[in-house]
Amino acid sequence: MAAPYDREDGLAPAPPQHAPDAYDPNYVPDSVKTFVVHLYRHIRDKNVYEIHQMYEGGFQRLSDRLFRDAPWPSAEAVAPYCDGDHVFLLLYRELWYRHAHARLSPLTAAHRAESWTNYCDLFTVVLHGVVNMQLPNQWLWDMVDEFVYQFQSFCQYRAKLKNKTEDELNQLQQFDKAWNVYGVLNYLQALVEKSMITQILEREKEGLEQFTATDGYDYEGGSNVLKVLGYYSMIGLLRIHCLLGDYHTGLKCLAPIDLNQQGVYTIVIGSHISTIYHYGFANLMMRRYVEATREFNKILLYILKYKQYHQKSPQYDQILKKNEQMYALLAICLSLCPQNKLIDENVSTQLKEKYNDKMTKMQRYDDEAYAAYDELFSYACPKFITPSPPVLDQPLTNYNQDAYRLQLKLFLYEVKQQQLLSGIRSYLKLYSTITIGKLAQYMEVDEATLRSILMTYKHKMHSVDSDGKIVSSADFDFYIVEDIIHIVESKPTKSHGDYFLRQILKFEEMIGELEKVQFD
Amino acid sequence: MATEQAAENYTVEDLVALNPYNPDILNDLEKFVNEQVSSQTYNLDANLSLLRLYQFEPERMSIQIVARILIKALMAMPAPDFSLCLFLIPEHVQMEEQFKTLIVLSHYLETARFRQFWDEAAKNRHILEVVPGFEQAIQTYAIHLLSLTYQKVPRPVLAEAINIEGLALDKFLEYHAANSGWVIEKGGQSQVIVLPRNEFNHPELKKNTADSVPFEHVTRIFPVLS
Repeated sequence: MAAPYDREDGLAPAPPQHAPDAYDPNYVPDSVKTFVVHLYRHIRDKNVYEIHQMYEGGFQRLSDRLFRDAPWPSAEAVAPYCDGDHVFLLLYRELWYRHAHARLSPLTAAHRAESWTNYCDLFTVVLHGVVNMQLPNQWLWDMVDEFVYQFQSFCQYRAKLKNKTEDELNQLQQFDKAWNVYGVLNYLQALVEKSMITQILEREKEGLEQFTATDGYDYEGGSNVLKVLGYYSMIGLLRIHCLLGDYHTGLKCLAPIDLNQQGVYTIVIGSHISTIYHYGFANLMMRRYVEATREFNKILLYILKYKQYHQKSPQYDQILKKNEQMYALLAICLSLCPQNKLIDENVSTQLKEKYNDKMTKMQRYDDEAYAAYDELFSYACPKFITPSPPVLDQPLTNYNQDAYRLQLKLFLYEVKQQQLLSGIRSYLKLYSTITIGKLAQYMEVDEATLRSILMTYKHKMHSVDSDGKIVSSADFDFYIVEDIIHIVESKPTKSHGDYFLRQILKFEEMIGELEKVQFD
Repeated sequence: MATEQAAENYTVEDLVALNPYNPDILNDLEKFVNEQVSSQTYNLDANLSLLRLYQFEPERMSIQIVARILIKALMAMPAPDFSLCLFLIPEHVQMEEQFKTLIVLSHYLETARFRQFWDEAAKNRHILEVVPGFEQAIQTYAIHLLSLTYQKVPRPVLAEAINIEGLALDKFLEYHAANSGWVIEKGGQSQVIVLPRNEFNHPELKKNTADSVPFEHVTRIFPVLS
């Protein structure tokens, strides 16, 4: 696998800030030699802690110091320092291309295609079950996360045809198999299946297997790589299906993971956030607003409590970004489906700070409301993609926004259908009973229209859950007897059960702490 | 909701479960759509898989098949299947006359405008009659909405929602009185139909879930209790 820059020397596009011939793929600075030697040794020794330190810390520091805008030395150049180990070099290249995607611009189709090939090789090795390493969960999550990200990035890249040079278009044709959607989906699916992760999780529920309890690591001399990659691939599949607009299938892919419990998905904060973000978004698009609200609330509370511990980590920016996006999605959910008791106080305060104005607008359902929904949706939604390869004949356009525009349009369409419901809410909150005739008069519509509106409220406030049952999400309700509407007051009740559970666990923790205290 | 009559066509369902991201199953999935139509069954997963494959290879999309999938999805209301399908169909394809009509029909159903729906459906009989069972499915949905909303519904309201009148409606009411627990009474201006009690039109039947604790949460304190 030749280092890509070898070919570029005659016809490279505008080079980065360094001097034009600054990058020599074969030059290996001493610090990199040491890095490679040590990382290789730690991987051979299965010293997960040290691997993690080097992966999170060492690699970032060297990138910042020596490779701000340039790629790392080529794999061939560092091969002597790791015995030319094939698998290690696949991992090294994985880091190489990830670094390139983050720091190098422009990134050519050739680079992207090579990264694709590397992932194929790496996953193939893992799928053959011959890998005998233990890698930190952070790295394994980042692998899957990056895999999906590069796929998404490539789809965006190749959909922007308008300003591409002849050379770039030729490259696209040459590498037309790179990042093809079938391949991407099938690799992730293969990882899920080969790792037998769904069976493992099932058996774990019955106490027949240890997986979550060991954080996914294998303490019996085996490897955690296939199992954990399989696990994270379920989240990867959820993410891709969201990018394609297939929310139902996305949620099905995630089904083996129980979000009511801690699990391997909560160990790495990036995976925790990505899971809940996409789960919540998919539920939102499927009109399961209460479910989305519930999960967003939990994760936003979590981030509020624990983000300070991640300030130094390279994921910090991503964490903050997703945090903001989820507040936007929460604002949308609560505007479409008001709930009284689901939001934690602290989250509610943050939400009001950020979006009080917008939420007031959105609940008015006038023109300004649509603008607010549009803005929040566009800010918070995933970067949808068009999975089919481009047709490279004239005229060349940019169609990278098509997928997003469709999802936005359909979302706003749903918002429009709920337009009349806010009027209903404000009127019905004032009465305990009222005749259809009277209410129609107040709302200045005819009776038939009013009956339609009332049934629309019922329809929109009762969603179909994943088991096919009808679930009410109405914050207040009514029923009609012939011509009279009876409004039902829902009194907010204190949920004592939850309170007691929390206190029991808290006290248990405290007792545990106290028992550790030794008196001299 | 039409999920109860799942086809025994395990071959296709196996394909979808085991090997969904495979261009070779496209033809099987298309055949399966036609089977669902003719045998009055329904499978959302298979249809979504097909729409996904069409997304991956737009040249192979069949407008006819997509139309059938959409009509089947409409029949699955109140489930949001119709919009789930639309999410997967490119905008320019949604501009086809057939699809614009179906979207309008879906809009009427989503906003409970049954008179407008039946009028529009009558004008587009040629599109809809390819799928047997369409009328009954929509009538089931209409009754579902009425059951969420009314304890007692006036006859004209019911008639408009299910598009049945006169003698045919009498027969319909007789049937449901005998089989679904409907009771026909004399109301203020017309007959009223008393619909069966459920937690949505009789809020006192609603289990107070606010104070009940889901089992998974209780499991959290098992280590403490033991």
